[in-house]
Amino acid sequence: MADYNFAYLDEQTKRMIRRAILKGLAIPGYQVPFASREMPMPYGWGTGGVQVSAAVLCPDDIFKVIDQGADDTTNAVSIRAFFERTAGVETTTATAEASVIQTRHRIPEEPLSEDQILVYQVPIPEPLRFLEPRESETRKMHSLEEYGLMHVKLYEDIARHGHIATSYAYPVKVEGRYVMDPSPIPKFDNPKLGDMAAIQLFGAGREQRIYALPPYTQVVSLDFEDHPFEASKADQICGLCGASDSYLDEVIIDDAGGRLFCCSDTDYCTGRRAAGHQGPAFPGSEVAA
Amino acid sequence: MTPLLSVQGVTKRYGTHIGCADVSFDLYPGEVMGIVGESGSGKSTLLNCMAGHLPPDAGQVVFDTRSEGPKDTLAMSEPERRMLGRTDWAFVHQHARDGLRMGVSAGGNVGERLMAVGARHYGDIREQATDWLERVEIDAARVDDRPTTFSGGMQQRLQIARNLVTGPRLVFMDEPTGGLDVSVQARLLDLLRGLVRDMGLSAIIVTHDLAVVRLLADRLMVMKSGHVVEAGLTDQVLDDPQHAYSQLLVSSVLQV
Repeated sequence: MADYNFAYLDEQTKRMIRRAILKGLAIPGYQVPFASREMPMPYGWGTGGVQVSAAVLCPDDIFKVIDQGADDTTNAVSIRAFFERTAGVETTTATAEASVIQTRHRIPEEPLSEDQILVYQVPIPEPLRFLEPRESETRKMHSLEEYGLMHVKLYEDIARHGHIATSYAYPVKVEGRYVMDPSPIPKFDNPKLGDMAAIQLFGAGREQRIYALPPYTQVVSLDFEDHPFEASKADQICGLCGASDSYLDEVIIDDAGGRLFCCSDTDYCTGRRAAGHQGPAFPGSEVAA
Repeated sequence: MTPLLSVQGVTKRYGTHIGCADVSFDLYPGEVMGIVGESGSGKSTLLNCMAGHLPPDAGQVVFDTRSEGPKDTLAMSEPERRMLGRTDWAFVHQHARDGLRMGVSAGGNVGERLMAVGARHYGDIREQATDWLERVEIDAARVDDRPTTFSGGMQQRLQIARNLVTGPRLVFMDEPTGGLDVSVQARLLDLLRGLVRDMGLSAIIVTHDLAVVRLLADRLMVMKSGHVVEAGLTDQVLDDPQHAYSQLLVSSVLQV
């Protein structure tokens, strides 16, 4: 495409974002401010993730976008088309083939490797935001490592629900230092954040923050001694591929209240079905209730 | 005996206007000091300077820390001062809303200071929170209710529980009974007096209510226009005021 600079953003902007990414990698979990640009899509559609992807993409990269685990939902389709048009990079839906994966709210089921980059779209990067509305104060709390307040949130959960009911955007502590919001991934994915081989980059466009986890970083989910962290998922198996170890979506399939649990990671599910696995909802068997 | 808090020459100016000027005094362990004066006399400025909320222009605030002995809190690093603010110091605001998290349950409010100093066992935190609610005469069954559902007097008592849970040695109070009706005030004062005596707390109480200092304070400072005009034992100052302004203040109290 001659009409756009490679990957839409101009080179100076990409340089500025790369600097922020490098700083973020040097201080894992620290929120680096950056001059977020106006993108041709609304805030909340992944403007932060798109800018980070644009800054790390090379012409020979293979790009994959997932939205809540799926390759075929609005956000994924539009961002994939955006980079096909502005960068002309090859795109894929296969997790293993991709070199850059932009994701909204999921980590792929398939383990990632050292030559991959995972880019997260982040709506609100500040884990303390809903507890302490002042930015000046939360920055001070981060710099002085005052994280008692984060546990107040978990305390409230237990007091009200009897267990830690926070099921997504579950706060984590990175390398024993910064408390970080892992973007609204389900807490089922939290254990995958730590010790991951791939580089993980987090971009928040509206809030103008970038943070990062270098490969093999220690990431611990916060909890209480008597209420330990638990990675939870629906207690079902995938109706399509029969997987019992993947994160499941609950889908309403008819007007009579029929429900289907299926893998939220469509690539993982498709791969398993191609390999011959079959779930209880497949033609010929009963729909899982 | 080493004073718990030694204030020397604390001065705060707002431009050319004087907030408080050259205030010095020593506070010994277990002692309660009252600061009285009319509105705008610099009481709250002085209190905020001592508690580290406002940087004074001159002077020293030396606190007898547990680990390192007497130390100027104004020269401390910020993490150290904030740590002190969470452990050995407590600050009771006039309006409970300023000192509480209104969106968090009573138990969470009391537990916050515990979690801030590293408590990570839910059962223990909750037990201590419930215990403290009872000590300030709040029904333990309300531990999961938000402070928004509490009356003004209960909110103030909750604020006190939240501040005392880490066993501080020095409590700063800014008009703790302001805005409460007299019967609730009396109950709160009774409670405060009991806690101060039982825990051996030292306290600095800023108020314009002479009845409060008469009940709680051992010593009294009278401030006017940023200056301390009279200081001494509470009963001595109230029964035999020497300075013209103190005489005015004492004679202005309504007799019912």
